[in-house]
Amino acid sequence: MSCIKNSFEALKAKNEKALVGFVTAGDPDFDKSVEIVKAMCEGGMDVLELGIPFSDPTADGPVIQRSSQRALSSGMSLPKVLEMVKIVRGFTKIPIVLFGYYNPIFSYGGKRFYEDALAAGADGVLIVDLPPEESAELTSLWEGDDFDFIRLVAPTTGQDRMKQIADEASGFIYLVSMTGVTGSQGLDSSKVADVIAPLKAVTDLPVCVGFGISTPEHVKAVAAVSDGVVVGSAFERLIEENLENRGLHTMVQEYTESLKAATRG
Amino acid sequence: MNILNTPDERGHFGAFGGRYIAETLMPAILELTEAYAKAQQNQEFQDDLQALFTNYVGRPTPLFFARGLTEKMGGAKIYLKREDLAHTGAHKINNTMGQALLAHHMGKTKVIAETGAGQHGVATATAAAYFGMECKVFMGVEDISRQAPNVKRMELLGAEVVPVSSGTGTLKDAMNEAMRYWVGAVEDTFYVIGSVAGPHPYPAMVRDFQRVIGDEAKRQIMEAEGRLPDTLVACVGGGSNAMGLFYPFVGDKDVEMVGVEAAGIGIESGKHSASLGAGEIGVLHGSKSYVLQTQDGQIQEAHSVSAGLDYPGVGPEHALLKEEGRARYVSIKDDEALNAFHTLSRAEGILPALESSHAMAWAMKEAARRSKDDVILVNLSGRGDKDLETVLKHMERKGA
Repeated sequence: MSCIKNSFEALKAKNEKALVGFVTAGDPDFDKSVEIVKAMCEGGMDVLELGIPFSDPTADGPVIQRSSQRALSSGMSLPKVLEMVKIVRGFTKIPIVLFGYYNPIFSYGGKRFYEDALAAGADGVLIVDLPPEESAELTSLWEGDDFDFIRLVAPTTGQDRMKQIADEASGFIYLVSMTGVTGSQGLDSSKVADVIAPLKAVTDLPVCVGFGISTPEHVKAVAAVSDGVVVGSAFERLIEENLENRGLHTMVQEYTESLKAATRG
Repeated sequence: MNILNTPDERGHFGAFGGRYIAETLMPAILELTEAYAKAQQNQEFQDDLQALFTNYVGRPTPLFFARGLTEKMGGAKIYLKREDLAHTGAHKINNTMGQALLAHHMGKTKVIAETGAGQHGVATATAAAYFGMECKVFMGVEDISRQAPNVKRMELLGAEVVPVSSGTGTLKDAMNEAMRYWVGAVEDTFYVIGSVAGPHPYPAMVRDFQRVIGDEAKRQIMEAEGRLPDTLVACVGGGSNAMGLFYPFVGDKDVEMVGVEAAGIGIESGKHSASLGAGEIGVLHGSKSYVLQTQDGQIQEAHSVSAGLDYPGVGPEHALLKEEGRARYVSIKDDEALNAFHTLSRAEGILPALESSHAMAWAMKEAARRSKDDVILVNLSGRGDKDLETVLKHMERKGA
């Protein structure tokens, strides 16, 4: 059984929903990034989504774009992201999902990526611009089923397509709460509920909802209808506003605690 | 592989092309694919498009025998396909009228576009004005400053020019931003992509709208010379004017095809836009093709004196033509293109766009080496008025 599956089952037993936290690896630099992830873990985060920085993140809003730029400027690269996973694995057992765009992974080599990511301690990957139509070129290079491939479903995805995506997915499904890029405003949790129902009808995988979630109130509303919530841009905003602040570690930890509290039923 | 039967139904040109996009865009892309397939079979759509080409765009554009230039070079005969004489001054209008007509058929009321040199932006703004649609054009801040006249033209045509300051502030960033905007507006908005790039069906669709260049050129050269040309030459940024010229000749094995990329200040300097000549296979803006990138798979900044060629990717069909050896790709430096601009202006009274000046520069060098019986056909993809400021600045710098 995969680490991700285990985690969701353990949460279910405790009547809790998953808090999935996203940060860009290497933002603002390698060491500070490790400290930030540590603070998120200490705050009670359930799943880590670690962003692989990319020069052209077409599905991301300005906040995550800038986080990618800071990470790249500090010398971040996919090999260094894998190095970071090893370090993070040293202090936490929570699932680590790599999150990114296809070109850096394609350039690294699909088979090599699978082997090295597993060896580093990652549990899965979500590749924003690799839909089911194109993903066999990557997943056919993977020997085991020990590395989850998390897939996106959008509010505009029809039910036939939802089934097609769900059949290819593992780990959990990442449901985008609204049309738009990451960090967009205007979360409507009643609409989220409307999209989750048809998705739940075609899959047994946990469904985590992301985009536009930044407050404990958002988390509470969305967690009520899903298996987990993803918070990304809000973490990056906190980092960006406190780049020189020595109290950043504590702020991240406290913020994580406040979000996590809202996932307990 | 039979390259004439590409792309396949999922948009693959051999190992290239495809749909590497976020799920948030996929439903819109599938809707577009279906609508375009229907339009291809729809006689009324095709008739409407032909009528627009004839009565609005001003087609056919002439195929002009450049006698003065040919004599000056002293070798092969040089013919120019005059896309600079199409409405708005560049080949871009063929594609934007096609896509806007399709948007109209799909019931979309708004269009967006990205632009580098501004020609595609102007052509989209024009098509939007013609069809009464709202239009937003995303343009890098760097390009806004070097293509000011085209920015004004777009505004006069009723379009909103949206400055893009992320990344390097050039074409690739404008395309990123247009894709981001589109994700949030797919319900009523049609994204008019300006080159044979992007996710399927764009590369094939743009090629189909641009193939009118090659279809006309083929008829016209048969009338003028009684035979097909020895060589076709066109500049390649994203590659739409080249694909439009080449495509109808792909099956004519004796016709050589040469795509001219921008070598910038020199390939060895790293400041160039030669994706096919010096890039690696990768994924950018929804398709797999040759891309300028670092060893870590980050997209690299492109450079060219010509804003329209300043793009770190290239259409996937060009990647296939290169791999199959059906076309060859060369490059021309900024200085050589600027020289060609002056040579053509004086020899023929035609100011070529700096994009087209790259094709002209290679064609002139090559013509001088060839026999007088040879025929070289160059696609003059656009006119140079938009580039005057750049040209004048370079003349000042050289003390001319």
